[in-house]
Amino acid sequence: MTAQELVWRIAGGSGDGIDSTSQNFAKALLRSGLDVFTHRHYPSRIRGGHTYVEVRARPEPVRSRGDGYNFLLVLGDSFARNKREGTIYGDERVKPLTENLDELREGGVVVYDTGMLDEELVAATDLEERAEANDWHVYPVDLQAIAREHGRDVMRNTAGVGVTAALIEKDLDHFERLLEERMSGDVLEANRAVLRDAYEQAEAFEFGHDLRVPSGDHEEEQALLSGSHAIAYGALDEGCRFISGYPMTPWTEVFTLLSKHLPERGGIAEQVEDEIAAVAAAIGASHAGAKAMSGSSGGGFALMSEALGLAEITETPLVLVESMRAGPSTGMPTKPEQSDLDLVLYTSQGDSNRVVFAPSNTREAYEQTRDAFELAYEYHLPALVIYDQKLSGELRNVPVSFFDQEPSPGLPNTLTEDALDAEPTDGRFHRYRHEDEEASTGVSRRSIPGQRGGHYLASGNEHHPTGHLSEDPENRVAQVDRRAAKLDAIRERVDGGPASHQTYFGPETAEYGIVTWGSQQGTVREAVARLNEEGHSVRGVGVSDLAPFPVTEMTEFLESVESALVVEMSESAQFRGLVQRELGAYGDRLDSLLKYNGDPFEPREIAEAFRASVEDHEFDSSTTTFVPATSD
Amino acid sequence: MSVFTAIDEDRELDEEDFTPGIEPQATWCPGCGDFGVLKALKGAMVELGRDPDETLLVTGIGCSGKLSSYFESYGFHSIHGRSLPVARAAKLANPGLEVVAAGGDGDGYGIGGNHFVHTARENHDMTYVVFNNEIFGLTKGQTSPTSPKGHKSKTQPHGSAKDPIRPLSLSLTGGASYIARTAAVNPNQAQEILVEAIEHDGFSHVDFLTQCPTWNKDAKQYVPYVDIQKNEEYEFDITDRREAGEAMYEAESALYDGTVLTGRFYHDETRPSYHEEKQSVGELPEQPLAEQYFDPDREWERSLELVENHT
Repeated sequence: MTAQELVWRIAGGSGDGIDSTSQNFAKALLRSGLDVFTHRHYPSRIRGGHTYVEVRARPEPVRSRGDGYNFLLVLGDSFARNKREGTIYGDERVKPLTENLDELREGGVVVYDTGMLDEELVAATDLEERAEANDWHVYPVDLQAIAREHGRDVMRNTAGVGVTAALIEKDLDHFERLLEERMSGDVLEANRAVLRDAYEQAEAFEFGHDLRVPSGDHEEEQALLSGSHAIAYGALDEGCRFISGYPMTPWTEVFTLLSKHLPERGGIAEQVEDEIAAVAAAIGASHAGAKAMSGSSGGGFALMSEALGLAEITETPLVLVESMRAGPSTGMPTKPEQSDLDLVLYTSQGDSNRVVFAPSNTREAYEQTRDAFELAYEYHLPALVIYDQKLSGELRNVPVSFFDQEPSPGLPNTLTEDALDAEPTDGRFHRYRHEDEEASTGVSRRSIPGQRGGHYLASGNEHHPTGHLSEDPENRVAQVDRRAAKLDAIRERVDGGPASHQTYFGPETAEYGIVTWGSQQGTVREAVARLNEEGHSVRGVGVSDLAPFPVTEMTEFLESVESALVVEMSESAQFRGLVQRELGAYGDRLDSLLKYNGDPFEPREIAEAFRASVEDHEFDSSTTTFVPATSD
Repeated sequence: MSVFTAIDEDRELDEEDFTPGIEPQATWCPGCGDFGVLKALKGAMVELGRDPDETLLVTGIGCSGKLSSYFESYGFHSIHGRSLPVARAAKLANPGLEVVAAGGDGDGYGIGGNHFVHTARENHDMTYVVFNNEIFGLTKGQTSPTSPKGHKSKTQPHGSAKDPIRPLSLSLTGGASYIARTAAVNPNQAQEILVEAIEHDGFSHVDFLTQCPTWNKDAKQYVPYVDIQKNEEYEFDITDRREAGEAMYEAESALYDGTVLTGRFYHDETRPSYHEEKQSVGELPEQPLAEQYFDPDREWERSLELVENHT
């Protein structure tokens, strides 16, 4: 297996410590100099069920989960943990093994815990035949016994890591140091003993094939972070000091991170009664002069719809994050999808304006969260960050120096009391004035409740410059136009401007294009690289500016290629719909590749669909849908 | 420079300071009880010496929601039923603000019922005035959560099958630490109660009976009131939850039989407000959030310090 990469899958039941073990494993590989990327798959339940995490590691940058995996560690199965009659069905206990074999690459490795998976049950499966057919190397090890001997059953995961380390010929230093950082006392000693014992047992295995993984070397120190971490940290560096929310997977990850870190930094975190209260509270705090955010996932975000418009018409700065999961309704809470796009772009009544960014990876999640705050507070409007369950939970290494950035705690376009004194006024502060030079960007400066001479009414009804309710037709048009002008001003910054968030990859003069957005970008990027190596001429673009939409950039892109494949995780091709809505053409150049089974794309699926798209339009897949172009 | 300078304590305020002078007043109907709330609120603010610049009035939607249009201060006219979460977060962000929220019986007890119970539970330091006229007014006379059982309207033409909500009891169960009921036709008591409610350090709930001469002509607001504090028949200890609860139960039952009992029902001065509770667990900053951004000496911690944990 001296391959270019290791893709290690650890599988078992929820509650087996799969997540924490994989994080440590990933970190150990990172510290050994490799680039790493994790992919989580888990069911919506607290214990049991089929769960796995993949850790992909190689010396070069790694941007996606890749195709399949080449090392499977089967920990066991928490179905078997509850021995009460009726809780074990048939061969449930071998499921973590059998259910994980389909994607295992040729020449791959299987390690399974014979303490948890009965040899007789395993013998009754087709493992042996498949192993022979695929040249798999299978190592049954009694991880449970090793764990039990030195500590407790739950340390099976440590034993599994010890065996893995021996097989891939990694020394134990990084693993031991991580244990020391995380635990102490008897627990540390027991885990260390389990790790070493498992390592030594596996070292004694006889094998005639090379299982070493490549080694790497980082020029600078790396950190391992998820998209959720990046969003939380981006918010902190922008001076966000108020968050309100209601738990919902996967948004909860950002919410809990900031609930921990905000109070430690002089901020406030509020868990409230529902998502309607959450968004309303963020608006209230922002109105009172705090940099505030809220967010949710699918159904929770749907509840925020009305208040989104309130923030827009009252011109209250607001940052919301939406972490998508498969819908509709409760859908699949722990599975990624990109089908809330239309909800996020168009929800709320009236002609309302918002900025929407869709980061594709950890770095972009940090940067675009900061940009969302910057624009929300400069232009006094809602700015949204839309991402999904995949990005929210996947870990990826980023140089620590990337985060060495200055905080930006200001409140732009907010008047001081002295400045309020100097405002042109008829005895009242004109919060929503629309007749001066500032109107070119649409922004009218605000005061903060409590400031002398600054009181005004922020109203969800249409209002005069003073904030008082008005249905005067001329004022109405002026207010609507001024609010809309903000988006025009922002568009100039992002669409081909200095703050464009689009990422292009592949040769500029390519014949064909692939278009994608959000968390699928890394996978598409890998597929594009592969296709070009194969001799195709293809260029990819990952779109992050969803509103305002980069009309100029996308027109240029689509005019430069013969046709393009639009890749997205939705059944109704919402992103392709956005592209065509904004561009009003190019429908006959766009094929769609859609996936909505709960799993994100693999590079090979995109490559295959691309070939079908440009060659013969023949496509056969059980998990993805290929939709040929239609004319405008 | 500070964002907020101190209020001029010597400034003489009168009701005109709380009156916007820019428009012909009010879309409220002649004889509407809402005028009584407006007058009592202005009177209370003058009596307390509050300044429009240190006051934030947050309203919902409906006739009651227009209060912020006719009352001069910082105002936030939000959306139906949502005044409370907006108001309490503003208060958390800047505890120096005097925060008053107002809503109607549909707004406050119907669509906003969840926020009402939770704001009471958390005992946010703010005042909540609910205009209770037992009807939806601005949408032209539909049954509300406080409409009597059997009430006929366009949306319940066969008569309402629902018992009316018991706002005082609900508030007590929720956890409000000051609960009173007053009425627009009793201006002196109304102002006294609002003064107490605003001064109270915790969640004050005032159920304000307001007549709707247009859509609810037969409402009980026209019958004489009994001030529960001034009548020996209703003697009870307003600091005792059980006794207060019994008085509320009686008042809420009697209302629909034509006996209108008003006054203070519950006053707990010992329960810490949410600010105090949150501060005690280290979750509320000493410095108001807005102040932080204008404080040149403030050190803003960088996420880089957290990233070190990820290496």
